[in-house]
Amino acid sequence: MTFNALTTTRRSFLAGAGLVIGFTLAPKVFSASALEGVQAGGDKSLSQINAFIKIGTDDTVTVLSKHIEFGQGPFTGLSTIVAEELDADWSQMRAVHSPADDKIYGNLAFGLQGTGGSTSIANSYDQLRKAGATARALLVAAAAAEWGVPAAEITVEKGRIKHAGSGKESGFGAFADKAATQTPPAEPKLKDPKDFVLIGQELPKLDTVSKTNGTAVFTLDITADNMLYAVVAHPDHFGATVKSVDDAAARKIPGVLDVKTIPQGVAVYAENTFSALKGRDALTVEWDLSKAETRSSDQLTADFAKLFGTDGHEAANTGDVEKSFGGNGVQTLEADIVFPFLAHAPMEPLDAVFIKAADGSVDVFNGAQFPTMDKKVTAQVLGLDPEKVRVNTQLAGGSFGRKAQFGSPYIAEAAAVFAATDGKRPMKHMWTREDDIRGGFYRPMYMHRMRGAIDANGNVVGWDQTIVGQSIMAKADLDETSVEGAANLPYVIPNLRVISHNVSLAVPPLWWRSVGHTHTGFAVETFMDELLQKVGKDPVEGRLALLSKEPRHMETLKKVAEMADWGSAVPEGRQRGVAVVKSFGTYVAQIVEVSTGDDGAPRVHKVWCAVDCGVAINPNVIKAQMEGGIGYGVGAVLFDAVTLGQGGKIVQSNFHDYRSLRINEMPAVEVAIIPSSEKPTGVGEPGVPPVGPAIANAWRRLGHGAVRRLPIVSIGSV
Amino acid sequence: MITFKLNGQERTFDGDPDTPLLWVLRDFEKLTGTKYGCGIAQCGACTVHLDGSTRRSCITPISTVDGSEVITIEGIEGKEAEAVRKAWIAIDVPQCGYCQSGQIMSAVSLLQLTPKPTDEDIDGAMAGNICRCATYHRIRQAIHNAADTMEG
Ligand code: FES
Ligand code: FES
Repeated sequence: MTFNALTTTRRSFLAGAGLVIGFTLAPKVFSASALEGVQAGGDKSLSQINAFIKIGTDDTVTVLSKHIEFGQGPFTGLSTIVAEELDADWSQMRAVHSPADDKIYGNLAFGLQGTGGSTSIANSYDQLRKAGATARALLVAAAAAEWGVPAAEITVEKGRIKHAGSGKESGFGAFADKAATQTPPAEPKLKDPKDFVLIGQELPKLDTVSKTNGTAVFTLDITADNMLYAVVAHPDHFGATVKSVDDAAARKIPGVLDVKTIPQGVAVYAENTFSALKGRDALTVEWDLSKAETRSSDQLTADFAKLFGTDGHEAANTGDVEKSFGGNGVQTLEADIVFPFLAHAPMEPLDAVFIKAADGSVDVFNGAQFPTMDKKVTAQVLGLDPEKVRVNTQLAGGSFGRKAQFGSPYIAEAAAVFAATDGKRPMKHMWTREDDIRGGFYRPMYMHRMRGAIDANGNVVGWDQTIVGQSIMAKADLDETSVEGAANLPYVIPNLRVISHNVSLAVPPLWWRSVGHTHTGFAVETFMDELLQKVGKDPVEGRLALLSKEPRHMETLKKVAEMADWGSAVPEGRQRGVAVVKSFGTYVAQIVEVSTGDDGAPRVHKVWCAVDCGVAINPNVIKAQMEGGIGYGVGAVLFDAVTLGQGGKIVQSNFHDYRSLRINEMPAVEVAIIPSSEKPTGVGEPGVPPVGPAIANAWRRLGHGAVRRLPIVSIGSV
Repeated sequence: MITFKLNGQERTFDGDPDTPLLWVLRDFEKLTGTKYGCGIAQCGACTVHLDGSTRRSCITPISTVDGSEVITIEGIEGKEAEAVRKAWIAIDVPQCGYCQSGQIMSAVSLLQLTPKPTDEDIDGAMAGNICRCATYHRIRQAIHNAADTMEG
């Protein structure tokens, strides 16, 4: 869709057509002059209205998603909630991204506008049910007035407003204008969940069609007339800065327009992407390593280990742990587990487009996971009033946490690249895959020291866990994200101690799909499995016996055991492993079946997965997120690590040495959703944590020894 | 001057002959359905059909395309393409969607060569296409479904 096509839609909105639910502040609109020639997709003009729902005179219902769509399904999920209370027909539903505004679109779970922590559905559920019910009430009121019948006699079903007595019937569009003039009810009446007709159905996703014909527009696809293309040369050590640049060769590359040093590296500007990349390759940059991280991953591991036994932050301490290890006939087990840095590697590398309008205001187009943060940072770097910056959230090619950053360091870089130009030409900044893999903001390295005590009766009586690693939240004291899933261990163990040590490195840390559970889930679920095996207990029965206080864990674990027919014969050469992890309020239990592949690496054949995420808004999306989370987790646990080599130099650079799971390595997946009337919880992350430990547990039972260092397949052996 | 056919239309390019086909499509032809994911033939996001076979456009210099016929996601048609799209939509294969142009181009080519692929055929034809959202489970299913509808 070209900008010309967009203008018409925008005009028709400005002309006042239709019903807008939410906060009908003065609509913010694009600066048309700035966007002349911009290629964008979808009905983006709607994205500039501060509202939750717009009902058009053409019968369409558009939901403005305050959450970015990068595959986890908020467009579909949020629209389902609205359509349910509105009694709309699914075929009339549309979704676009909302503008950036904390006051209206703040995530109710964390204040500012943002997507993360698998909160999209949970924090929108009540809000959008009310918005949908309000819109319905207004449409009914408009119809009642027009038809001269009592509102109570009007029914709405599948997008049709009907009055049985008079036989009158209409779609929404005909009443959209009139509805906007009615008085909204103070407390709209919400449906009883048992009357839901759309929530809980496998509705087709709203964004699928455009993603099968090349028309879905991502940030990288935004083009403007006369646009500059920019890339940045980055150091291969964390914390390094530019010492000197020789750009003579780069400037000779046809199409290269300029080279500028910015705080983050050296920016190359060109007429097209290839010239920019060629120019960057031709640069000779000397880096100042005086503040850089110069330790290798092996040295870091050794330094981490020195912290065991020193004073740390106490995250849990119940009973008397030391005593439990000294009792009569007590057997103990100890293990150190090392976790590597992990890059998120979303399929679309980080990118942004900047366009300055004649009035000096700036439009930013990016996959904004924290749009108001991106807006603030852009304004700071460009020296503008934040009101002069419009963030236009685009579909993003994945994120897995990468695009949600406090202080928006990526946008700070992109804005610095734009700030170094005269701003007369629109500019696209992109990271290559190398920039992405080597760009830091990793799931940090962690090291866990595990100690367990089993009494003479075979009961686990002591659990002592120490976790060393960076604080994702940059805390000096206890960071809950380092110990989540361990400090609140679901298993009843009378003597429990969890200690955490924060280390500080020049490698910037970040949350990575399921945050602390990426390592605590692995450590807890593999170590528990070993303890149970040591006393000859069944992994499922043994866990259930310790989960007496956690009925939803139990239910989920029982379900997955039933799905996999746990205890039945397993094909020759295969073993099964199990794990159950609650994260972000959602309970997931998985059983995997693994064999040793021809290459000596684990071959994961099948994963059974049971999930309890409260009310299942859209089972189709929930299953997809479980499948995807499983694939993401399998790839990471088998293959992935970013390592620092001698002198702290980053080793990996692209998908050849930072391996992604491929289709021939993807297990078959079977998902069951536990029926529930609890409030809905997220599904984007919780599918990830159990699969790694479940694989390691099966791997150990295949006779390969316990997994003490991830990834399981060491780098260089594939 | 390089001349080639793009989705049935005659096109020319007179820039740097080393420019990969991917960037010619995206930056010059403004056909942005074909994606960048790695630039080194590892991910398949840039897959197009060149003279009837799949090709990683990120490592294909435009100079080697002279006289050839290029089909992209925007131009792919025929019974295989139709069956694949239908199957993809029916079971909602895409998540973020960024890799899907490449997946579909590879899947269409597979069905053109092997109308009734086995799981092993699918592994062989699709292993070069990374999906970070790991939609593989549904890609496999959708290819089988597409093959079934073509048959019927
Ligand atoms: S971009 Fe061409 S294979 Fe990855
Ligand atoms: S759908 Fe997101 S990378 Fe494939």
